Amino acid sequence: MARYFTRRLIQMVVLFLVFITLTWFLLYALPGDIVAQKFAGNPNLPPEARQIAIDRLGLDKPLHVQFADYMINFFQGDLGRSFNQYPREVTSIIGERLPRTIVLFLTALVTYYWAGFIAGKYLAWRRGKRGEMAITVGGVGLFTVFYPWFALVMIWLFAAQLGWLPISKFLDPGEWRQAPFAANEVFMRLFWTVAITSALLFTAQIVAGKLRDIRMARLARFGGTAAVIAGFIYYWWVLPAGVEMRVYAGDIAEHLLLPVGVLTAVNFAGIMLLTRSSMLETMSEDFILTARAKGLSEKAVRDKHAARTALLPVTTSLVLAVATVLDGGIITETVFSWPGMGEILVTSVVSEDIPVAVAAFSFIGVLALVGHFVVDMLYGVLDPRIRVSGSS
Amino acid sequence: MTDLIERPELPDETPERALDDAVRHDSLWRIRWTLFKRSFQGNWKLFKQNKVGIAGLVIIGMWGILAILPTVFFATGYWTNSVYNPVTGLERNPPTVTVTLVAEKTDPLTEIDLRDLILDQRIPQDLQIGESFDRPLQPAPPDSRHWLGTDPLGRDIMSQLMHGARAAFGLGFIAATVTVLIATFVGSVSAYFGGALDSFFMRLADLLIMIPALAVLIVLGAIIRFELWHLALVIGLLGGFGGTAIVLKSQALAVKVKPFIDAARVAGGSHSHIIFNHLVPNVMPLSFLYMMFTVTAAIQSEATLSFLGLLNVKTSWGLMINLANTEGYLLQGGTYWWLVFPAGLAVTLLAAAFFLVGRAMDEVINPRLRRR
Repeated sequence: MARYFTRRLIQMVVLFLVFITLTWFLLYALPGDIVAQKFAGNPNLPPEARQIAIDRLGLDKPLHVQFADYMINFFQGDLGRSFNQYPREVTSIIGERLPRTIVLFLTALVTYYWAGFIAGKYLAWRRGKRGEMAITVGGVGLFTVFYPWFALVMIWLFAAQLGWLPISKFLDPGEWRQAPFAANEVFMRLFWTVAITSALLFTAQIVAGKLRDIRMARLARFGGTAAVIAGFIYYWWVLPAGVEMRVYAGDIAEHLLLPVGVLTAVNFAGIMLLTRSSMLETMSEDFILTARAKGLSEKAVRDKHAARTALLPVTTSLVLAVATVLDGGIITETVFSWPGMGEILVTSVVSEDIPVAVAAFSFIGVLALVGHFVVDMLYGVLDPRIRVSGSS
Repeated sequence: MTDLIERPELPDETPERALDDAVRHDSLWRIRWTLFKRSFQGNWKLFKQNKVGIAGLVIIGMWGILAILPTVFFATGYWTNSVYNPVTGLERNPPTVTVTLVAEKTDPLTEIDLRDLILDQRIPQDLQIGESFDRPLQPAPPDSRHWLGTDPLGRDIMSQLMHGARAAFGLGFIAATVTVLIATFVGSVSAYFGGALDSFFMRLADLLIMIPALAVLIVLGAIIRFELWHLALVIGLLGGFGGTAIVLKSQALAVKVKPFIDAARVAGGSHSHIIFNHLVPNVMPLSFLYMMFTVTAAIQSEATLSFLGLLNVKTSWGLMINLANTEGYLLQGGTYWWLVFPAGLAVTLLAAAFFLVGRAMDEVINPRLRRR
């Protein structure tokens, strides 16, 4: 496992270097590129201003020197300054937006993966019954729906027509005018509490699964869940630090609901269909027949024997899905004006703000790489066959 | 050689009989054609059982007809270019609504003449309170001349929709062909030779499936003014060297260990002979399947990019939604349904149709998925 881990880590670093090199050459170094058009070759600038821009950006240096400079600065954490919001450093823009994208991305990934797996499980089990066709067609419809349009229609339905949820953006500026907190501070607090809660819930489930004694397992499952949720409520409703922030945190959470919901609705069908075919393959195996012959209940056969085996190919697809969710995230952020990496990528590309575009693109790449890495590791834990072949 | 073996006579007009004849007369292309026809008939029989796949084919056929129709309409003079051109057409006599001036003409507080502020120049300047006038209505709802109404610029939605279908088909076809050509070649070659070549192509594929494709397309859109066929080519390259190559390689690996490959090698077949005459034909069915999925992806990427305004196209479904969105009609949903729903549903339907056909083909190719 340790060797597999190191090998994948090295692979990841190499891939990232290749990726950032390509990005840099595409955006900074192509002849007649945007930076040159904007400054060095722009006839509308006075010659002195042009000279200053060339000096500052190092445009007169040879390419390899420019590239080396960029790479050294990149790994020292200096990504330059934005062209459009001039004195602002790119790192501060990224630092503000990266957590927001990660939250959207992680919440959506977990929700839709879980929803898709559950739905696919039932779909395969009820094969040939009524409703299967309807769910399949509905799922495929959602899976292939034109995503930006679907998101806009959902905004129209839930925000404009029904008025249940806010239309877009990260928070409601009117409510925040008197706020004693910075939005990011509240957001990070929200992020950490939710992250810790989910981690504890997950641990409780794992511990409950490991326990042999049924009564102890049940106690661990329900007691643990209740305790963790009680802790969450205690933090936000009883502790003074939580109580005074709760309104603002609630506002952010409310703005998060629709984007995550839409992202889940569009993506869960892919997982559902995959789980269905994986389950169908598993269900024709002999050990399912054996389990039935032993007289196990249908639920036990489905959940303990079929579904667990069927989970493996679905996890592989999660590796591929990381990129899909990030793609969906770009559209979601643009349509919902959610100020994250995807939104800044589109905005900076359209307004030719190259330093920001390069940084946003590299960080989306990092997110994809890290996501893949984590899922690969998870897969190694889940499937012993891979673990063995990896460590030998 | 036909005289050496005694054969039973087969009944006329069956594929078996034709194959038998072909083998007797030793003509290679006839054998191949008959084999192809036979496998096609068998597969079609399996495909037909899947209602969902047939539904997909019907939808694709319907859009195909819609894509051809404008040519017929323009040729027969049923549509005139000045009105129905998807880009420059304009309905000059739109329906009108009667508007009555009820308010003060000047704002009582600031004493600004409100009519100066009205952007719509079609309101007459000397209108008095209580008087009414006919204001041209654009976007206009559907009527007999414009089956799906007009957009805010007075252009026919139906015509835009049909031309959009044409763009989608062209794009999907190019992207899918490029993907499958590259992926089949890369997959077969790396499965056949293995080694460094294989590692190189597979690491490249890993890189490509990891990076979100839309982000790449957006960044590329910043550098190049994307035309439609540029986009098709880029999607084809990304898919062909990316995920599709991995899938086709695993299929080619399964074929490579079959005895007939060894037989071909023993018989003295060269590498290129084995790859192109034995490996590729056996990977082909899966390639066709991935063509369908590529078309789905290509149609959606195109619509998304033109929705974001990063694509240099004249008519496309994404552009129609972009216009409806930027002009603010999208959030009024039901009122201007002809601006909101046709284009969005068009993308969804065509993408779904190709996806459904792909899934139905999947069941034909992969027997384990079939209903037993």
